[in-house]
Amino acid sequence: MTDIDLTTLSTTKSIQLSHGGGGQEMNKLIKGLFFKAFDNDILRNEEDAAVLTLEGNTAFTTDSFTVSPLFFAGGNIGKLAIAGTVNDLAMMGAKPQYLSCSVIIEEGFDVANLKTIVDSMANELSISGAKIVCGDTKVVPKGCADGLFINTTGVGTITKSGISVRNLKQGDAIIVSRDIGRHGAAILMAREGLTLESELISDCNTLWPAVEALITADLDIHAMRDATRGGLSAVLNEWAQASDIGINVVEDDVPVSEEVRGLCELYGFEPFDLANEGTFIIALPQEQAEKALEVLSAFAACGDAAIIGEVSDDYAGRVILTSGWGSRRYLDLPQGELLPRIC
Amino acid sequence: MSFDLKQLYQGFRDADTVLSLAEQIKAIAPQLPEPLKVMEVCGGHTHTIMKYGLKQLLPENIDFIHGPGCPVCVMPKERIDHAAALACQPNVILVTLGDMIRVPGSKGSLAQYRAKGCDIRPIYDPLDCLTIATENPDKEVVFFAIGFETSTPMTAVLVELAEQRQINNLYFHINHVLVPPAVDAVMADPAVKVNAFIGPSHVSVIEGAKIYRPLVEKYNTPVVVAGFEPVDVMESILRITKQKIAGEPELDVQYTRAVTEEGNTVAQQAVKRCFDVRDSFRWRGLGPIANSALKLNAAYQHRDAEIRFADCLPMTPIDDHKACQCGDILRGLAKPQDCKVFGRGCTPQTPLGSCMVSSEGACNAYFRYRGV
Repeated sequence: MTDIDLTTLSTTKSIQLSHGGGGQEMNKLIKGLFFKAFDNDILRNEEDAAVLTLEGNTAFTTDSFTVSPLFFAGGNIGKLAIAGTVNDLAMMGAKPQYLSCSVIIEEGFDVANLKTIVDSMANELSISGAKIVCGDTKVVPKGCADGLFINTTGVGTITKSGISVRNLKQGDAIIVSRDIGRHGAAILMAREGLTLESELISDCNTLWPAVEALITADLDIHAMRDATRGGLSAVLNEWAQASDIGINVVEDDVPVSEEVRGLCELYGFEPFDLANEGTFIIALPQEQAEKALEVLSAFAACGDAAIIGEVSDDYAGRVILTSGWGSRRYLDLPQGELLPRIC
Repeated sequence: MSFDLKQLYQGFRDADTVLSLAEQIKAIAPQLPEPLKVMEVCGGHTHTIMKYGLKQLLPENIDFIHGPGCPVCVMPKERIDHAAALACQPNVILVTLGDMIRVPGSKGSLAQYRAKGCDIRPIYDPLDCLTIATENPDKEVVFFAIGFETSTPMTAVLVELAEQRQINNLYFHINHVLVPPAVDAVMADPAVKVNAFIGPSHVSVIEGAKIYRPLVEKYNTPVVVAGFEPVDVMESILRITKQKIAGEPELDVQYTRAVTEEGNTVAQQAVKRCFDVRDSFRWRGLGPIANSALKLNAAYQHRDAEIRFADCLPMTPIDDHKACQCGDILRGLAKPQDCKVFGRGCTPQTPLGSCMVSSEGACNAYFRYRGV
C-alpha cells in the first residue's frame, strides 16, 4: 500500500465532491486515511469483497450512526460506530471479528476532523481485536448530510449460545453494568451548551472484554443487551414482552450519576429513558448474580455494576418500578421524541 | 451556565422523610371534617404525585384534582393552527418550546408540519432565538411563546434583547397565560368540589406568594405554595390537612427556599415593560376567560406576529374532538381514566387532546405513571 501524506488530500483541507468521484482524489482519501488506519491483510487485498473464514454459528449485525454533534464528551461518531456494532455482537455472546465501514461525508467536511474520527475507530477496534475488512466512501453535496454518517456492519463467532431476549426465566437477577443515561445526557449537554461543575462524559465503550470475562467465568447468561436508544426502560420492556415475564426493578438500586440525575431534573427527563453506549443489562440465575458482579468489578467501566431487580411471575409483559418508599408504578417504554419540558 | 446540579434534588427524595410525612398525615386524617379535594394547579405537581406514587401513601379521604396549570394543555387548537400557519409561510422559521411541537392542531401537529418540510425548531432556552435570527438574516423568525408566569419573564428578556441588538427579523406570537384567572374560572363552576390548593412554587418565585392570597380569602380554602419534590408535596399535604382540621385556612409557603411574599420584582418589571393583559383569551376546555393572558404592548407591536402575519392566521375557534374530556379533566370534574378514549383512542403517540401530549399533562401522567 502506498503511504500518502494526508496534507495532499486537499489544498483546502476539507472534503470535496471529487473525493467521492472514484478518481485520484478518492483513491488518495481511501488509501491515505482509511486503509492506513484500518490496515490488515484482508483489507490490503483490495478485492471487490472481503474473503472471510468463519467457524460455527455466526452473529451478523448492522447499524448506522448519525449523532449530532459528531464530537461529544467521552467520544465521537467514529468511536460510537465501532463500539456500537461490536457491542451488538458481544450482546449475543459473539466475539467481534470482521466489520465493514461505510461513510457518507458532506462536502466541505474538515479533513483533520475526519482523521480524528477514523483514528478513534482504529483505536476502538484494537480493544476487541475486530478488523474492518471492507468499506465504502460517498461524498454528498453540501446540505445533503449533517457532516458525516457512518454505517458499520459486523460478524462474529458465537462463543456462548442461548443468550436471547426470549430466554429470561422466573427468578433471574437483572444486573446493570454501570450507571445509566450517560451518553444521552452527554449529547444533550453538548447540544445545549451546558457547563456542569462536575464532569459528565459519555459511557461510549467497547463491551467485549467484560462480556468475554463473563463467558469465561462460565456464567449461565440468559439474556444480555446494551441499553442504547430507549435506555434501560426499552431493554427491560422488550425483555418482559419477548419472554412474557414480569420484571421488578428497585429504583434506589439503579446506579445514576449525580450529573445525569441533575440534568434529568433540569430537562424533565428520566435516566431510565436516556441512551447509553457502553452499558449493558444482564439476566442470569439469582445465585450467579454476585459472581457476575465480581467478574465485572475487574473492569473500570463496570465499577458501578449492580443488581437492580428480578424477573417475577407477576404482571407478565410489564416492568414495575418500586420507589424508596414502597410505591409502585409501571416503567414504560419511552415514547416519541425526547423533548425538554417547558417550565 | 454553570451550577451544582445535585442541589436540585438532594434530600428532597429521602425515603424516611417521605414515609414519616405519610404517617403523620395518616395519623391526623381521620379528624378531617370533610374529604380533602386538593387541586394541584400545576402539571408539574401532577407528575410528581404520579411519578413518585404519592397517592398510594395517602389515606382515602385525601384526593387530588388536577388543575389547568399546564401551558400546553390549555392551548386551544386555533392557537396551534396559528403556529402551523406561521411555519408554512415562506421564509419563516418557527421556534417554540419542547412539547409544543407534539400538540395536535386541527390539521396536524407541528412535528407533522416539520416532517413536511416546514422549518420548525424546538428549543430549551428562548434566548436561542437570538442566535437563530442572527444566523438567518434573510428569514423571519417567529418565537411561539407559551407558558404561565414562570416563563413569561424569559420572553420579556428576549423581546428587550432583540430590540437592544436591533435584531429586526425576530417576531413573537404570545400565548402567555395567568394562573389566578384560570383558577377563578374553575372555582366559579358550582360542580367543582375543590377545597384546598397546592400552589405552583415556580409561579410564586416570579410573582410572589401574594398572588394566591385572594384565593384563600375568596374561597375560604388553604393554599400551600409547594415545591416539586416528593418531600415538598408530602409536607404541603400535611400542612393543608392541619389547616383543614384547625378550620383556619391560610396562605402558607412550604417552598421557602425560593419563594417570598413579593417575588422577583426585577422579573415582574420586565414583564410589565413588554406586555399588556388581553381582554380575553380562549382556554382549551375552559373557554374564554377575561384578563387571563398577555400580549405585546404598544411599544413592541412591530414584533407582534399576530399583527405582522394577521392575514394568514385563522380566527375561528376550534373545539376539541367530541370524545375528548380534557375540558372536564382541566376543571377537575373528571379523572383521566374516566375519559372513554383514555389509553385507547388517545395515547401519547396518538393523542386526541393535549392533556395526553404534554409531559405536564394530567392524562400523560396517568398514562405514563399509572399505579400498579
